[in-house]
Amino acid sequence: MIREPRAKRSSRLSLTQREAIYAYVFLLVPLVFFATIRFYPALQSFRLSLFTWHVDPARRVFVGAQYYQELLANPVFHQALKNTLLYAAITVPVSIGLGLGIAILLQAITIGRGWYRAIYFAPYITPAVAIAWVWGWMYNVNFGIFNRIIIEWWDFVEGIGLPWLAIDPQRFLRDPEVALPAVAVVIIWQQLGFQVVIFLAGLQGIPRVFYEAARIDGANPWQLFRHITFPLLNPVLVFAIVITTINALQLFDQIVNINFTDQGGPLGRTLSIALYMYQEAFSRARLGYAAAVTVVLFLIILVITLIQLRVTQRRVEY
Amino acid sequence: MQRILRTALVLGLLTGLSLSLAQVTLTYWQYDFGTRIDAMNQLIEQFNAENPDVIVVQETFPYDAYEQRVAAATAAGQGPDVVQLFYGWVGSWQRAGYIEPLPQEHIDHAWIEEYFIPMVESVKVGGEYYGLPTAVRSLALFYNKDLFRAAGLDPDAPPQTWDEFVAAGKALTVQRGPLFTQIGYGPGGQDHHLIRTVLMNQLGTPPYSADNREVLYGNEIGEQALRIWTDWQLVDEIGVFEFIPGSGGYRDGFINQENIAMIVDGSFAIGQVRNNAQFDWGVTELPTFDNGVQSNFGSFWMNAVTPRAYRDPAVLEASARFITFVTSEEAMQLWLEVVGELPAARSLVGDPALVSDPVNGPFIAGLAYAEATQFVDEAAQRQVMIDAFNRVLLEGMDPAESIMIAAQADQALLDDFDD
Repeated sequence: MIREPRAKRSSRLSLTQREAIYAYVFLLVPLVFFATIRFYPALQSFRLSLFTWHVDPARRVFVGAQYYQELLANPVFHQALKNTLLYAAITVPVSIGLGLGIAILLQAITIGRGWYRAIYFAPYITPAVAIAWVWGWMYNVNFGIFNRIIIEWWDFVEGIGLPWLAIDPQRFLRDPEVALPAVAVVIIWQQLGFQVVIFLAGLQGIPRVFYEAARIDGANPWQLFRHITFPLLNPVLVFAIVITTINALQLFDQIVNINFTDQGGPLGRTLSIALYMYQEAFSRARLGYAAAVTVVLFLIILVITLIQLRVTQRRVEY
Repeated sequence: MQRILRTALVLGLLTGLSLSLAQVTLTYWQYDFGTRIDAMNQLIEQFNAENPDVIVVQETFPYDAYEQRVAAATAAGQGPDVVQLFYGWVGSWQRAGYIEPLPQEHIDHAWIEEYFIPMVESVKVGGEYYGLPTAVRSLALFYNKDLFRAAGLDPDAPPQTWDEFVAAGKALTVQRGPLFTQIGYGPGGQDHHLIRTVLMNQLGTPPYSADNREVLYGNEIGEQALRIWTDWQLVDEIGVFEFIPGSGGYRDGFINQENIAMIVDGSFAIGQVRNNAQFDWGVTELPTFDNGVQSNFGSFWMNAVTPRAYRDPAVLEASARFITFVTSEEAMQLWLEVVGELPAARSLVGDPALVSDPVNGPFIAGLAYAEATQFVDEAAQRQVMIDAFNRVLLEGMDPAESIMIAAQADQALLDDFDD
């Protein structure tokens, strides 16, 4: 007697409720997919980091936090961590600053904007391996274009009697102090197109009327940027910063391929955490230790991303 | 009509079943390298014809992804039954369980030690052999005879001592302002072996103790070896590391760019030089110091069994049979012809035709005194030596200090492995 109305009620879900249920059912498919191929293996790597590695699970020995202690004391890990943070510290502000600047300039022109956008975007869709090889050649000490220019300049200033203007050829990737910034330049060059496209889209989303109104009130270009463009671009900026930072913290392809003889070298000065993890896992078959490295990398990315969101995602005042 | 079809189907199923019962399928893995795949395909074809109860299937992977594939596949219980690996990886691979000892009931240790050259003993770990090679490699000096002539050197009198080597190198080096357009010597992929195994042994000390538990080069001999090698670049200025970018850059500079006059390389490079060099070239034994002590670094890729081969006695027996086949004298001959690598059997390395060959001869001669330095962790131990010379070349550290740092790091790797 009591059941009947209840059954009736449940069969009479509102349209919105039914739509929500359908949505959840459809979302379940990718969710299960992600859970099995992403989350489960990620959790497994936590487990793996507590055992010595052997293909036969029965022969893995539990070592607890030993690998974590080892990596915290390992100077190579320290170097990789320092390098990785440096990559982020260089590539994130520079590529975002340049990307935003170029996007604003591109927005100001109408003829050929699409072409410029395509040119800036081309490196982003070029395989990292090809880019690394070409830049490796350009940086080459004896045959690279940069040193060729330096030598031509040298000859030129000597010819006109101003030899003190000559610059010495550089060692670039072979110079332990310069190698990391040199690689960072490649990464910035490659990522720039992505930033430009993101910022162009963001800029186009800002209503023109704000600018017109501000101009009528007598605002100069800096004021327009400071009080309209910048605050309204904030969500795009947050997105760009977070994505670029995560990319920088996961750097691998470019570094592997730009110095193939001594990956991460010279003297570990270009080594990233991701490459370090890969080397430990697959060149040295120490997957337990490598798993500990991934766990630490995961924690670093998590903490940095949370801080960034906290700092940058403030409510914007209009 | 229907009955005929049904009978045919049943018969077909039955024959298929009986075939699959009788046959063992072996999966063989090696990395992508044109001539090696070709040679192995020919060997597999012969083996399959002679052994109707076994089918061998070859699968290959790019070199850079090879170890990753092996790790992933073996951990999942998949992948190869017989796998090819560099001898220096034995330590890390057997520790991770990617490979198992060769089954003694099918491959007798006494036979191994009688049939193969002694170098093979470097992959005997804990009393067990972990693999056998079809071919071995040694080092020699490749030189460009045309560049020798152009520099006024006798193309038929390549350097015999390191002093002559430096003198020739100076004559062959061409500078333009502060940069080089041609170098006498192109240091590259084999040079960490040249320092650690060749120069140190020539100067009078092996790099590691016989039981491979102690690093012996943390002394004046190690320092001297490192100093001599780095002086070639810093003082004599006959070479530049990374003159041409890439791991094969030194070879590319020798073969294709023709701006590197001499390289130290393995016999595995013979095929590439022979097929691509458009100039007159020669090979000579590695130079020595005035004391005349000869030394060479030997190495090899070997065939090993994985845990997967142990899943079934029939598979294990077939795997052992296949390994025995690909290490037979006939297989070694074929490998020499197709790939260019030297045979690993005692009976073949003394072959007069091979010894007197102008290209293979110097490598064969080198094999007689070559040593396959035993590594516990080749990747890490290679890095130790690369860092040792980079500290001197790039940071100006004294070789005496740098070699001590290297010896300590290397010792830590050995100690770590014993645990």
